[in-house]
Amino acid sequence: MSDYKAGSNLEKVLKAGKFAFTGECGPPQGANITKLKEKAAHLKGCVDAVNITDNQTAVVRMSSWAASLTVLQEGVEPNFQMVCRDRNRLAAQSDVLGVYSHGIRNMLCLSGDHQKFGNHPEAKNVFDIDSIQLINVVKTMRDEGKFMNGQEIDVPPKLFIGAASNPFAEPYEFRVFRLAKKIAAGADFIQTQCIYNMVRFRDFMKRVVDMGLHEKCYILAGVTPMKSVGMAQYMAKQVPGMDVPDSLIKRLKGAPKGKAAAEGIKMAVEQIQEFKEMPGVAGVHLMAIEWEHRVREIAELAGMLPRPVV
Amino acid sequence: MSEFVPKIMAFYCSNCATSAAKVSHGMSKTMPSNVHMIHVPCTGRIETLHLLKPFEEGADGVYVAGCQHDSCQYIGGIAKAEKRVLQVKKILEQLGIDPGRIEVFSLSAALGYRFVDIAWEMTEKIRRMGPASMSVNP
Amino acid sequence: MIVAEAKPISEILTMVKGLKKVLVLGCKGCVTVCNVGGAKEAGILASSIRIAGRKEGIMVDVGEHTLERQCDPEYIEEVKDIVPSYDAVVSIACGVGPQFLSERYPGAKVFPGVNTKFMGGAVAHGIWSERCAGCGTCVIHYFGGMCPIARCSKSLMNGPCGGSSHGKCEISKDVDCIWDMIVRKAMDQGRLNDLLEFRPPKSWTTARDGGPRRMIREELVK
Repeated sequence: MSDYKAGSNLEKVLKAGKFAFTGECGPPQGANITKLKEKAAHLKGCVDAVNITDNQTAVVRMSSWAASLTVLQEGVEPNFQMVCRDRNRLAAQSDVLGVYSHGIRNMLCLSGDHQKFGNHPEAKNVFDIDSIQLINVVKTMRDEGKFMNGQEIDVPPKLFIGAASNPFAEPYEFRVFRLAKKIAAGADFIQTQCIYNMVRFRDFMKRVVDMGLHEKCYILAGVTPMKSVGMAQYMAKQVPGMDVPDSLIKRLKGAPKGKAAAEGIKMAVEQIQEFKEMPGVAGVHLMAIEWEHRVREIAELAGMLPRPVV
Repeated sequence: MSEFVPKIMAFYCSNCATSAAKVSHGMSKTMPSNVHMIHVPCTGRIETLHLLKPFEEGADGVYVAGCQHDSCQYIGGIAKAEKRVLQVKKILEQLGIDPGRIEVFSLSAALGYRFVDIAWEMTEKIRRMGPASMSVNP
Repeated sequence: MIVAEAKPISEILTMVKGLKKVLVLGCKGCVTVCNVGGAKEAGILASSIRIAGRKEGIMVDVGEHTLERQCDPEYIEEVKDIVPSYDAVVSIACGVGPQFLSERYPGAKVFPGVNTKFMGGAVAHGIWSERCAGCGTCVIHYFGGMCPIARCSKSLMNGPCGGSSHGKCEISKDVDCIWDMIVRKAMDQGRLNDLLEFRPPKSWTTARDGGPRRMIREELVK
């Protein structure tokens, strides 16, 4: 009898007390899976699991479960993402059954970006349930073997349940409580929004530790390396809920000509090293947007390789 | 073919614009005869419908002459008139009619000479635009 | 009130194209209060249709009439003698009006003259804002008297999403983040604990999702 909730590689690594390292990969905007396989190949052996995004930024892409299967077939463990924007409770539960039956063992529950930002702003959104309710639905399916209506499930899906947390969005005072709600609803692990303001994140983690939340749930700190000054300025100004300090932009600007990307990687590596020592942080979630080919380099520089085998 | 003479309806305020009219008159300036004048106590009370009705009745242009923003006795009369003129401009635009057929002007005794000039300017502008509507065959 | 906005006149002109006699029918209910469908606006729309006709050299006979309400059959009855004499009726009531008219006068062409927007109120003169989604089971007491179903872009019931910024919603700086308001009010009142409780999924059976709705009050039925 296994002590694991789902028995995914990510769960095993975290439970063994190893510092986890997850990556991220966006499915293609088409049915061409060659590039997806290439991305998976870059990540293979570098990370413990790879998040497969679900129509992120409300842009239509290959379904996250289908892309998750492709990645799984390539020998990389997926972390299947699901947003509440596109599915009602029937679709959500049936997709949970579907992914589990095909060997997927991690799932990240999200509200989803509003369709206004995406490439189909005319769409009708769903939001039948919210992300915290979704966490609870997946937990109930797993632990009680029941659908939302209380009906028994013939072979319940056993998924390692993840959720997101943005320590930098407002109202700040509520963020740690929202995290606590997600954990109480059934989140086994948390991946945070990209962190740039380390001062504020340390403060957030102190509150997390004071409340003992890190003992109930594994918290993975989000890292996105800056590729350029332009990207940093865009993140600072255009992305809601993103906190990019001026000092960071200044440091990138100070990099020698053509070396901003290298400086961005250096900064990400420094962050990862600090997270390794930070109380309450159980791992790092690296969101290297369209930079999968540089994950190995970052992992090596940060001393994250080789990945543990549990 | 005879030269087109536009039918224009002008609403003017009994305070500033009237003083302006007196000054104009004192300068021996004469108003064009095609401009029909309607004297109102305050341009702020001119409703959107009042501004549309002349077009319905065959006018080719309409304008409102009121006070300066800082000299309206009723505080915000001219500001209200400007908003309604803007609303009518939007309606005309949707009807495929040049929104320039309706305008609003701020006058004062000090700008007296403008009172008559505006009437001539509007007449000339609308003469160039031509008639607002076709002759109606009921 | 039910808040509506005028349809573009060009859209209405397309509906009534070629018709000789058109009745613009206003409503003294919500649409009068939100300045879009009362007697005054009926006058403006009627005048606009006449001007458009005149521009093409056509004299359109446009009648104007405003009913007490268009959502009660007794008031709809009031125009029974005039509706048949028109080629079409443009109702500038909310979406209920033209439907009640269509049902009562099956032979008449009925067109909507406004776009019905939402249930809300005037937050300032000339500015209206949504307050209620008509979900059929009010839950605002859990949220300090504010409705996240209607006012959160994602209808979240367990707290603000990661897109809340400076009290505004991620979709637009013109949209308040209702969760920011809910949280701040709870903190001001020292009642943040109320928001820490898990709000379970809502039953949408009483909302539009449960099918078209109907209400019967036996004590009022004759």
